[in-house]
Amino acid sequence: MLSRWCDSANLTAPGHLLSLMGLVGGLIFLAALGGCQPGKTGAQHSLVVAGSTSVQPFAEKLAEIYMQQHPQMRIDVQGGGSSAGIYAVSNGACDLGASSRELVPAEKHLLEIPIAYDGIAVIVHPSNPLTNLRLEDLRALFTGKITDWRSLGLPPHSIHLITREEGSGTREAFESMVMAQQEITPAALVQDSNGSVREIVAGDPHSLGYISAGLVDHRVKAVAIDGITPSRDNIKTHAYKLVRRFLLVARMTPGGPAKEFVDFVLSAPGQSLLEAEGLVGMVE
Amino acid sequence: MGRGKFVERVLFFLALSSIGSLALITFFIFLEGLPLILHTGLKDFVASSHWAPTKGHFGILAMIVSSILVTLGAMVLGVPLGLAGAITLAEFSPERLKRILKPTLELLAGIPSVVYGFLGVIWLVPLIRIYLGGPGLSLLAGSLILGIMILPTVISISIDALTAVPQLYREGSIALGATRWQTVRRVVLPAASSGIITAIILGMGRAVGETMAVIMVAGNALKLPTSVLAPVRTLTSNIALELGYAAGRHREALFATGIVLFVIIMILNLSATLITRRR
Repeated sequence: MLSRWCDSANLTAPGHLLSLMGLVGGLIFLAALGGCQPGKTGAQHSLVVAGSTSVQPFAEKLAEIYMQQHPQMRIDVQGGGSSAGIYAVSNGACDLGASSRELVPAEKHLLEIPIAYDGIAVIVHPSNPLTNLRLEDLRALFTGKITDWRSLGLPPHSIHLITREEGSGTREAFESMVMAQQEITPAALVQDSNGSVREIVAGDPHSLGYISAGLVDHRVKAVAIDGITPSRDNIKTHAYKLVRRFLLVARMTPGGPAKEFVDFVLSAPGQSLLEAEGLVGMVE
Repeated sequence: MGRGKFVERVLFFLALSSIGSLALITFFIFLEGLPLILHTGLKDFVASSHWAPTKGHFGILAMIVSSILVTLGAMVLGVPLGLAGAITLAEFSPERLKRILKPTLELLAGIPSVVYGFLGVIWLVPLIRIYLGGPGLSLLAGSLILGIMILPTVISISIDALTAVPQLYREGSIALGATRWQTVRRVVLPAASSGIITAIILGMGRAVGETMAVIMVAGNALKLPTSVLAPVRTLTSNIALELGYAAGRHREALFATGIVLFVIIMILNLSATLITRRR
């Protein structure tokens, strides 16, 4: 059987070649059809969560655990940014939106479900003696008025300031909580993830940047703002100033699978999962 | 219609599809980007350095300047090294050495740019920060990495140009009493000049268009650079950094950045074609 196949293929007249191509195409098509089947029959319910890239890793973790417990459920977590997620929810393209910023008045018709608090930590190199920063000084740093560590009472050296890219949810939150309508200086270095900001600060003794408080580790040092450190308790009580909420957004009171997933997120196991990942839970 | 004719048609159609996709890309870049240029005006777009797209400022001058400076820096490193390498390989090395070195160089072109960027961040950036000052992520770092990245392009096209020079020229020159170096400098290089210039321009195109490695090592600051140690953002970095979340005018502005890039690269490629054709 196989040898006959090979013989006919060896003739390689154009006609044979074309029919061979057609056959291969048909096989691929069949395989693709077959590939779809298990996904459909394996899960009775599916849910799409889209939005903030800051929330995405946490939502993925939650979805993973939830799907382990509910094998009939299939949850797709997509990124795209807070605004994209909110937009997708309001026109019904996804079931739940994830947002790392507050809803603006035009979006208030949507239902917001706060799932966790996240602090934004201002970080420096561990060898940096800086431990506290006034909010005004932080603003002066990022508007470009303070450019030397000497202005903050430290040994003179230029400050290497690091910010996030325009459009990032973390940057948006930082701007609204710190910058008071002023623009971040164009002299600041720009990095496109919490991770790379942390990487640079960990390597450069003269740098200063901001990242999600959940991602601070031993390689960098989070400084206190107005004397208050970004500890779990201070974030929870809002004593620490730079706190934002992570929201899930729905078009109306969610029902069915969406409600069950939201309930799981707000349940004790869901919240402790978020705490374990470095966020601060909404409910005890 | 015979089978041969039919296959010929199919192949012709497939060949056309590459031109078709180029046309589509061009069409969509302009379709998405032109409204913004019309909205802000060409002058405010390319002659202002104020980039705050969510607040309605769309000046990309600093990025144009940065792109040009990073590319020039890459040329300063890459062209002499590349040319020297090509001359050595084409004129002064034994055939066996050439047979090992040329494929190795071409392998260099196959290394993904993110790997160059990663090496840059891990090795080069700390060196610059410690020994030269500044944040390390800088115009200099971008230029050095790009200078290395364009080497394979510059070297392999230059080698082809040099080996295309007829052996007769060399023999004639040597017969007249010139040394081998004099032969290379006075006879072979001038004869291969158009090919070498093409190599340089194509290397330049690669440097202008490179994105990932530059994002990783150049620092991406929006300010016009004041020294080689200052962080810079190139046109390509700007698009890749911000496209993820951009919507509305911001998105259009990134496509408009693409138009500027497109024009720059078209100019480079066209001049390469013209120079090659002149011979």
